[in-house]
Amino acid sequence: MRRLRWWFLAPSRTVMLLLFLAPLAIILAYSFESRGAYGGISLPWNIESYLRFGDPLYLAILWRSVWIAAVSTLGCLLLGFPLALYISRAGTRKNLFLSLVILPFWTSFLIRTYAWMFLLRDTGLVNTLLEKFGLIHNPLPLLYNDGAVVLGLVYSYLPFMVLPIYAALERLDVSLLEAAADLGARPWAALRHVTIPLCAPGIWAGAILVFIPCLGAYLTPDLLGGGKSVMVGNLIQNQFTTSRDWPFGSAISLALMAIVMLMLWASAKRSGENLL
Amino acid sequence: MRHKSAVSEPGAILELREVTKQFPTHRAVNRISLRVARGEFFSLLGPSGCGKTTTLRLVAGFEDPTSGEILLNGASIRHLKPYQRNVSTVFQNYALFPHLTVRENVEFGLRRRGENECARRVAEVLELVELAGKEARRPSEISGGERQRVALARSLVLAPDVLLLDEPLSALDPNLRKQVRAELKQIQRSVGITFLFVTHDQEEALAMSDRLAVMHAGELEQAGTPEDVYLRPRTRFVASFLGALNWIGEVGVRPEATRIARSEMEAGERARRATVTRSTFLGNCFHIEAQLEDGQTVVAEVSRLAGPFATEESVLVWWRDEDELRFP
Repeated sequence: MRRLRWWFLAPSRTVMLLLFLAPLAIILAYSFESRGAYGGISLPWNIESYLRFGDPLYLAILWRSVWIAAVSTLGCLLLGFPLALYISRAGTRKNLFLSLVILPFWTSFLIRTYAWMFLLRDTGLVNTLLEKFGLIHNPLPLLYNDGAVVLGLVYSYLPFMVLPIYAALERLDVSLLEAAADLGARPWAALRHVTIPLCAPGIWAGAILVFIPCLGAYLTPDLLGGGKSVMVGNLIQNQFTTSRDWPFGSAISLALMAIVMLMLWASAKRSGENLL
Repeated sequence: MRHKSAVSEPGAILELREVTKQFPTHRAVNRISLRVARGEFFSLLGPSGCGKTTTLRLVAGFEDPTSGEILLNGASIRHLKPYQRNVSTVFQNYALFPHLTVRENVEFGLRRRGENECARRVAEVLELVELAGKEARRPSEISGGERQRVALARSLVLAPDVLLLDEPLSALDPNLRKQVRAELKQIQRSVGITFLFVTHDQEEALAMSDRLAVMHAGELEQAGTPEDVYLRPRTRFVASFLGALNWIGEVGVRPEATRIARSEMEAGERARRATVTRSTFLGNCFHIEAQLEDGQTVVAEVSRLAGPFATEESVLVWWRDEDELRFP
């Protein structure tokens, strides 16, 4: 029995070891080395890369990433909660609506983000239509700013908010809502005092599932934010390409991981659940 | 919102007139009419699926009647939402809010109505249901019996015109159930609130109710006092649902009214020859099973003092004519 278990776990262990732990160890090692003359790394060992975080420029980028991720998470929540509530009460059409929520996953993330560029650019669909109807005379600056990045992130990660909240709403005992109405709670009061508090675990799960990838987002700020809207993901990419500073890139990656772990730990502690 | 529709007789706090509830697949309630007097303990009794819970949900407002009228204090409540009706429900699973403490659960309704003196009224009602000292616990931290009393307190504190109870004792274990039955009746007397009590347990309904209505397949079969319905059932269903019944020819006789004699001198006019097939000692009485000459088996509940009867013993089964139940 024990042997069998070992063999069953062997593939996943191998994958985790080779493709996750080993690269992580390499990144960790890189972060303590020096920048090579033509990229890459060289000796001696030092902690200089970590000291560079004190630079206001990098702190600003980090803060910006947290801010954009938080706004995007809030956006997902404001759109996702009502949607999840609606679907949970849609009766026989629940499955149809759920598949519609998941439908975008059938297309590549990259293609969907490009599609947004086609919609938002100066000669894109939105600006063309607005000009045609005479509502504007010069194209609105819809692309290459923070707004476009948030829009892209909210669009991309909305399903990750909707699904856990929907699952929490499905588990909610209908008789609790009947009891609330029975005790004189109007629909808004029932939502505020019964539905939302009891769905809090689902809301937290959704918020975490959206916030973490938003924080490390790279493609969306790159394409929709243009060069102007730099997030920490773009900073890391830069270190490995144009800046050729692998040690610093490695250090930022690890710092980002540490921040995410810290947040997960804090929220797990807060809700008293074991998320990890 | 509330408008007088028709004059109701004084005394009736709740009245159902020809109420029907048609679901897509079946008719749960079929033209039910009943009147519940102020301060009364009224039970809806019937087997599962008879429509008694649907009837309760119609009064609470969780279901809309397909047709018919529901009057509370003489005014129609048919178009009012549950939160607009001055009735309150004790749910079968209690439906306590798991994220709130006992105190917050009981306060819930008062706060939604924006009432004053929450603290005093909550303290009073928790005293009444003997839960003082458990205010800070959550529903998961108290026993089943205590949960049931929180559900009761949560509704009672609102002083509803009618308290609706949906099989509130069914989740309790049998020993506790009998004790809670007495407590519930005691609380109902002391607060004077009208109770509409749904149950499938005929003993419960007989023991607690001032009046009860027996339901069967969505219809109301008979309503009356427990004695009335037990002793003078109008249909075969009511007779057999309320207690065991022997069928002797076309006549029904309750086991406790079925007597056994050894000689014709002891027996009355209405007697049949029979052979004892089994005698079971139950402590305070014997259950004697006897086979009549036409092959039918009857059960008689005879006093311990009437002595044991041996199997194969030839006896006379007899009953008094006033104990006969006849149905058209």
